Amino acid sequence: MLNETGILFDITLCEGCGACYDMCKEVNNLPETNDDYLKDHLSDNTFTVVEEYGEIYTRKLCMHCNEPACVSVCLVGAIKKSSTGAVVYDADKCIGCRYCMQACPHSIPRYEWGLTKPRIRKCNLCDDRVKAGKLPGCVEACPTEATIFGKMDELIEIAKKRLKSDPDKYYQHIYGLEEAGGGHVLIISPVPFEQLGYVSKLTNEPMPEFTMRAMEKIPSVAIGGGLFLSAMFWLTKRKNELAKEKKSTNGKESI
Amino acid sequence: MKINDILKPTFWKVVSVIIVTMGLFSTYYRFSRGLGLTTNLHDSVPWGLWIGFDFIGVGLAAAGFTIAATVHIFHIHKYEPLVRPAILTAFLGYLVVVCLLVVDLGRPENFWHPLVMWNIHSVMFEITWCLICYTTVLILEFAPVVLEKFKIKAPIKYLKIISIPVVIAGVIFSTLHQSSFGSLYLIVPGKLHPLWYSSLLPVHFYISCIAAGLSMIIFESFLIARAFTKEDGFHHTELKMDILSGASFAVLIALIAGFLLKIYDFIGNGKLPLLTVPSTETYFFYLEILIGTLVPIFLLSYKKLIEDKKWIYLTSICVISGLILNRLNVSITGLASSSGVNYFPSFDEINITMMLVVLAIFAFRLIAKNFDVFVSNESEHSVNENGTAKSKQIILSERYE
Ligand code: SF4
Ligand code: SF4
Repeated sequence: MLNETGILFDITLCEGCGACYDMCKEVNNLPETNDDYLKDHLSDNTFTVVEEYGEIYTRKLCMHCNEPACVSVCLVGAIKKSSTGAVVYDADKCIGCRYCMQACPHSIPRYEWGLTKPRIRKCNLCDDRVKAGKLPGCVEACPTEATIFGKMDELIEIAKKRLKSDPDKYYQHIYGLEEAGGGHVLIISPVPFEQLGYVSKLTNEPMPEFTMRAMEKIPSVAIGGGLFLSAMFWLTKRKNELAKEKKSTNGKESI
Repeated sequence: MKINDILKPTFWKVVSVIIVTMGLFSTYYRFSRGLGLTTNLHDSVPWGLWIGFDFIGVGLAAAGFTIAATVHIFHIHKYEPLVRPAILTAFLGYLVVVCLLVVDLGRPENFWHPLVMWNIHSVMFEITWCLICYTTVLILEFAPVVLEKFKIKAPIKYLKIISIPVVIAGVIFSTLHQSSFGSLYLIVPGKLHPLWYSSLLPVHFYISCIAAGLSMIIFESFLIARAFTKEDGFHHTELKMDILSGASFAVLIALIAGFLLKIYDFIGNGKLPLLTVPSTETYFFYLEILIGTLVPIFLLSYKKLIEDKKWIYLTSICVISGLILNRLNVSITGLASSSGVNYFPSFDEINITMMLVVLAIFAFRLIAKNFDVFVSNESEHSVNENGTAKSKQIILSERYE
């Protein structure tokens, strides 16, 4: 965790210029999807968007969860956590069940519905660039440093400091720090997050926990069930035999 | 049956041929053009009719393990005549499910990946393996019927030796994956409507599949008895009325258990106020509970009705509809408001689903006619053994006499 990296997005600094949007398209070789970037939405060819809420501009992208729902549900392990903390996807493994889309608490993964060999599409926090020592595209492009890149613990410190130093300017919450177990994308904002279209009713518990509570019962169900059924097999068989014996001896007595 | 008989067009034959032809076209389109053009699925609705129907198919096939356990593990031999129909139903049901799963996969050519690429934390992974194992179990359980027919005796001996462990394994695999279909949704507490979301989802799924699986067998027994006449050799069927009444009683118990669990869940989690919120979800929920639980419980609690074939038939239809509604509610209705769009399956989605159902029914009829499915030849349990059916053979249709 300590060496893992992520990004901090400060909504108060964002001017809505769309540089991150353009750079993301460039870095990932994505085609143009909308004349007006402010009207675009996440899709198989758009991994991050800039949205306009009155005077406020905000970004949406994969939150790169610490314990991602998408990673835990993928039956073939096509989505994995990289050593940097980014959540990355391997199309060669994917079978296209789309459970990851269903499971993601932020509803992030998108699908190439139009293709016959479709892939899951989402932000990968520019994992290759980061590993090569470069900045993620959106961070490099941002002219106002609204999105910054760094080690997670440092980013958390910065976010906390900003909230503290200017309590009037910031809504006192770091989105993404604890939501669904937290992740590698932190967001701070002047207004409550539900006003900006973020999923706000998330538990702080990592989503995979919900499944684990049921899954961890499997071994005991299997072993206990096996023993119970074997015992029942033997008992009921014995009972039937005894009943039969009794019948035949009864029959003899009456003769 | 003569060739002329087969070719003679009847209403159902014509309809079936049309459905299968349309289904084949849709299948071709689905694979040549991709999911986007042929289904109404999109980013907000990644799962639709096909996944919902998988839940239904698996749920209705549940008698395969309950009846096998009743007869072979609990030694209640009275239900012996239901074993083979139940196993055949389960097998065909699972075939439909597996076909639909492959059709639904975005990359069907990678369907074998779960065999070699493992993620044991995924419910989907567990389900996949249970499906594979249980289908193998079903093949082993049904193999004697086929071997008998072709008079291949040798392997039957070995199958008999392993039969009990196989049945036990079947029950365990079924228990695991039937409940796991509910577990699939445990990870979406924020998305699935609270009327259906519950940490007890796996248990709900398990109990409801027991009731619906048995109802499916009851329903089939009547249909089969009606559809096949004496000339087809069906006057030998061992189906007796008290077997079906007994099975209906088991349905009643499962329904009551499921209902009590629902009440416990609603009170325990403070969900009762939801029942008074007027919304589409609430209406669908009431419909599901009414048709699938309350009406059948009411009908089956009358001794007179539980012994009357018409009422049993009717209740079995209710319970089956209840399961269908429940699974579609969980997989479609309950997710509609969080996804923000209303999903209705496309023409192609419906076509392919109907085609598979028609093919399964066709296969069932074909196998039931040509193999000893409804006639039990297993002589090891003599007819007079305790617990064997007492009443006279059921007479299900006029033609039958
Ligand atoms: S936000 Fe969704 S897609 Fe991104 S890591 Fe978390 S669960 Fe996965
Ligand atoms: S669609 Fe692909 S990446 Fe997503 S869960 Fe299924 S196999 Fe994994």
